[in-house]
Order: sequence, then structure tokens, then C-alpha cells
Amino acid sequence: MVTDKFISIEGIAKRYPGAGGGTTAVFENLWLSMARGEFACVIGHSGCGKTTVLNILAGLDTPSAGAVVVDGQAIEGTSLDRAVIFQSHALLPWRTVLGNVAYAVSSKWRKWERARVRAHAQTFIDLVGLTGSEHKHPSELSGGMKQRVGIARALSITPKIMLMDEPFSALDALTRGTLQDEVRRICLETGQTAFMITHDVDEAIYLADKIFLMTNGPGAVLAEVVENPLPKDRGRSDLHRHPLYYALRNHIIDFLVSRSRSFATEKPDHDPRKVPLVHVGKPGLTIASSGDEQRQTRIPPTNPGLTG
Amino acid sequence: MTSSLRLRAGLLSIALLAAFLGIWHLATRSTATVAAMNPEYAKLMGLTATQGKSAMPGPLDVGAKLWEHLRRPFYDNGPNDKGLGIQLGYSIARVGTGYLLAVLVAIPLGFLIGMSPLLSKALDPFIQVLKPISPLAWMPLALYTIKDSSISAIFVIFICSVWPMLLNTAFGVASVRKEWINVARTLEVGTIRRAFTVILPAAAPTILTGMRISIGIAWLVIVAAEMLVGGTGIGYFVWNEWNNLSITNVIIAILLIGLVGMLLDQILARFTRMVTFPE
Ligand SMILES: Nc1ncnc2c1ncn2[C@@H]1O[C@H](COP(=O)(O)OP(=O)(O)OP(=O)(O)O)[C@@H](O)[C@H]1O
Ligand SMILES: [Mg+2]
Repeated sequence: MVTDKFISIEGIAKRYPGAGGGTTAVFENLWLSMARGEFACVIGHSGCGKTTVLNILAGLDTPSAGAVVVDGQAIEGTSLDRAVIFQSHALLPWRTVLGNVAYAVSSKWRKWERARVRAHAQTFIDLVGLTGSEHKHPSELSGGMKQRVGIARALSITPKIMLMDEPFSALDALTRGTLQDEVRRICLETGQTAFMITHDVDEAIYLADKIFLMTNGPGAVLAEVVENPLPKDRGRSDLHRHPLYYALRNHIIDFLVSRSRSFATEKPDHDPRKVPLVHVGKPGLTIASSGDEQRQTRIPPTNPGLTG
Repeated sequence: MTSSLRLRAGLLSIALLAAFLGIWHLATRSTATVAAMNPEYAKLMGLTATQGKSAMPGPLDVGAKLWEHLRRPFYDNGPNDKGLGIQLGYSIARVGTGYLLAVLVAIPLGFLIGMSPLLSKALDPFIQVLKPISPLAWMPLALYTIKDSSISAIFVIFICSVWPMLLNTAFGVASVRKEWINVARTLEVGTIRRAFTVILPAAAPTILTGMRISIGIAWLVIVAAEMLVGGTGIGYFVWNEWNNLSITNVIIAILLIGLVGMLLDQILARFTRMVTFPE
């Protein structure tokens, strides 16, 4: 991959003290990079270390080895440039909707006076469609509304990178769809670089430019990077009509069902620094970082008749 | 439904009170009928019955005396004869002073213990040993070192109210949800601001619960402490009236101790409700 590396995870590991006095590694020597403005989704089974990677990226957790470089600089701790949308929304229950967003705003711009902070917070509350609920407390909100407050809070500090840990997993399909649309629109409009963990394959296909597939832990590895072949202006409703949709979906599901488990035995020479980049359904364009035959991947589309 | 339940509970309370007062009255009234009693029965009943009037005051005596006290709560006729208002005032002032000092020590210290696992571990053995000591056991030591009975009583109040607050503050601070701390961290909020904007509001309900337990204990202890140190206060009043064999005044004092204790508890309960947030 010779793209500009806005985010570069370089050989990170996370080890915990094991049961028998030794250590167990959640993952070892993990390499991953993202370009500016890219939207990436991470998919992998529960416990493989996705949240750990995200927390390390956020600076909330430190790796046992390796480093994370953002915009040419190794990160040290958390930063207002990297906003996190937490899985459990993590709103402060003693603050109102406006109070929660304003807390983030006043943390970023400490010199701003109250009125300015509130006005700025209000724009982002309006943006996520919570106008009229700004004086409610989190306990008075539905799950979807809470998640929106979390999104508004993350966006309000105009971060360079959005880190999202299964932000929509607790929501019903309809709310999830609306919020996906909103997040996608906002990220496209603001040129946000986004890193999202999800268990929902369709969500990843709709949102992501790149999908990272992680094998099962312990000792998880980044097995493949799947490039999303769907056009940038895809809509959520006609997603499944795209000729490459099923090929892409099947590829990911195949991975989750079988290869995520057997990957370590099938590919013992997997090089974590040269993770294969998979293009679904583009004939002839089989990509591997080196000329290695084993890593060449090409998945034919399921209904080739429709391929233009 | 709930309002009818409350109404019925209220009626039952009143009925129970009336029954209690009635039984009390019957048990202690002057038995004018003794004379008309069968002498043999009077013999059987023994001294109490034959003496006529019980040594125990009845509710009417207590009521009359209480009315007298309530009309002049703040008179002061020298060291052994002060109004009940003054005596209660002394006790409340002592509890208030000792309690406030305890708040000033316990909450910052509890914060430090809650935030630092090192301090928590290092101080734990001391706290474990000091906590179960009856506050009154400190009294001789306090009297010896401080040489002032009133300040010694305040010290005893301080010692007994410090532990629940300290432990609750440390616990509340240590168990603030990690995700709230993480929110502050991702926003690059400094330690001081984090302590006031995240940890304090999150731990406030637990801290206030500790403060409520403390005020209850302090009010329990002040009576005993004042009995020991003497001079002023509601505890001293009880002891003094016992020496005067005025059971009526002792009963009145008991009633007032209960009422003031309830009031203090209600005040803290209100504060607790104010800082409690629904999740
Ligand atoms: N404090 C800890 N001590 C030991 N092991 C831990 C600790 N925290 C996490 N782990 C282990 O690290 C692994 C990865 O955890 P992580 O939360 O990153 O998983 P995840 O991929 O986000 O899973 P999920 O999809 O369920 O959220 C898990 O197997 C977990 O057992
Ligand atoms: Mg997770």
C-alpha cells in the first residue's frame, strides 16, 4: 500500500498477564494504515481485540509494543483531534443534552464564553435532529437519541478522526439506518477520517471505503483489507442491487463463518506488514503486496451477467 | 392508589399513637379506685397499686411540662437550669462543628484515596483499625490532651463522623464509571477540572449517603459524650434531670433528641436527592 498514511498503526501488540503466570497476547505485531478522509470498518468476532485497537488509537489504552502514528506524529495519550463515539454512548447522566455537548465544546475552546459555547453546541444538536430535546437528561431519551447526542458531542469538537465502537449496535433497524445516513453524510461533507467497529456486514458495506477483517483471538491478526467496490454515491436502499454487492457480502461472511477461525493454520506465512488488499469482482485486478501467488485474491461476482 | 395507601398509613399511625398514649395514660394514672378495691386484691397487686400514683409520669404530665418548656425555650438561670432550646443549641453547635471539620478532612482525603490505589492500599490498615473504635474511647485521651471538655466533645464527634464519609467518598470516587472518565480523557480535560466536572458529580450520591450516615452517628454520640463531659447540652440535661429524679424532663428530652435526629437526617436526605441523577 503506497497511499499517504494519515493513520499508521505500526506493529502494535497488546498482552495481558495469562492464567498460568505467562502472558496472553490479544494480538501481536499488528500493522494497519488509513489515508486521510477514508472511512474504514473493522469486522471480527467478539473478543478478537477490536475495541482494544480502537482504544489504543484513541490514546485511552497503551500498546504493549509498537506505536501509532497519526499525521506523521506518534500519538501520546488522548487528543481532541480524535473523537470517540462510545458503544455505550457514555453520556454524563447529570448533564442535559446541551450540557453534554457543551462540555465537549468548552473543553476544546476553553476561552469561549458561555453563550458562544451554547450556540456552537446547539448547531450540532440541530445537526443530529435533536432540536427541542436539548434540556432533557439522558435518562429521558431513547437509545437512538442518546447515541445521537454521542455523535453530536464527537462532531462538535470538529475532530480530524472519528473513532466509533459499534455505535449503532444497540439500536433498532430503522434508527440505525437513519443514523448511518447521517454519519455517512457528515463524514463525506467534512472529509472526516473514520474508523468504525461493527458486527453488521451491511453497515460496513454501506459506510466503509475499506473493510478490515480480523481473525479470532487470542493472537488475532489482520487477515485482509477488503476494498469496497461500490460507487461512492451509493444509497442505502439500492445497495443490494449493485452487481458486486453479494460477492462482497459473501466474501465477508465466508471469512466470518470459516476463515476467521482457520486462517492461522491455512496461512502460516501470513506477513502482518503486507496484508493482502482484496478487490472483489474486478477481473484481472488481483492484488497482493508482493508477487506471492498465495496472497493473490480474486473473487468473481455472483451474477456476472450484470457486471458492466 | 398510592394516595389512598398514604392516607390509610397516616390514619394507622395516628391510631397507633393514640393507643400508645392511651395505654401509657392508663398504666400511669393515679389509681383513685385503689381505696374502693377489695383489700385482698390490693394486697395481691403489691406496692404499686396500693401506692396509688405511679412514679412514672403520664402523658398529661409530660404534655404539661413540654408546654412549659416550649413557652420558655431559651431561659438561662445559671449552669444547672437552662431552657431546652439552649441545651439543644449547644448540642447542635457541637455536632455541627465536629461534623463540618470531619467533612473538611474526609472528603478531600477520600478523594485522594479513591483516586490513588497506592494511598488506598497504604492507608487501609490504619482505617481498618481506627474505624471500629468506639468514639467515646477517645474521650479520656481527648480530655487529657485538649484539656477542654467542650472541644473534647467536638473531637469525639469529629472522630465518629469521619469514617463513614471517608469510606463512602473513597468508594464513590474509585467506582466512577470508567466510560465517564474516558469521556473526559478524550476531551483532554485536566485533572482538576475532571475531578470537579466528572468525578465529583458522579460520586456525589455515594458521598452524600456517607454524610447522612455520619450525621446520624454524630447525633447518637453527642448525647453520650455530653453525659460524660457535662456542663451543657441535651445529653447533660438528660443526666442532670435523672439526678434530679425528674423523669418527666427525661422523657421530654428523649422526645426532642428523636425529633432533632429525624430533622438532621431529613436535611441530609434532601441534599442526597438533589445530587442523585437518574441513569
Ligand atoms: N483487562 C484485561 N485483562 C485481560 N484480558 C483482557 C482485558 N481486557 C480485555 N481483555 C481481552 O482482550 C480481548 C479483546 O478484547 P476487546 O474488548 O478488544 O474485544 P472486541 O473485539 O472489542 O470484542 P467485542 O466485539 O465483543 O466488543 C478479549 O479476549 C479480552 O478477554
Ligand atoms: Mg468491543
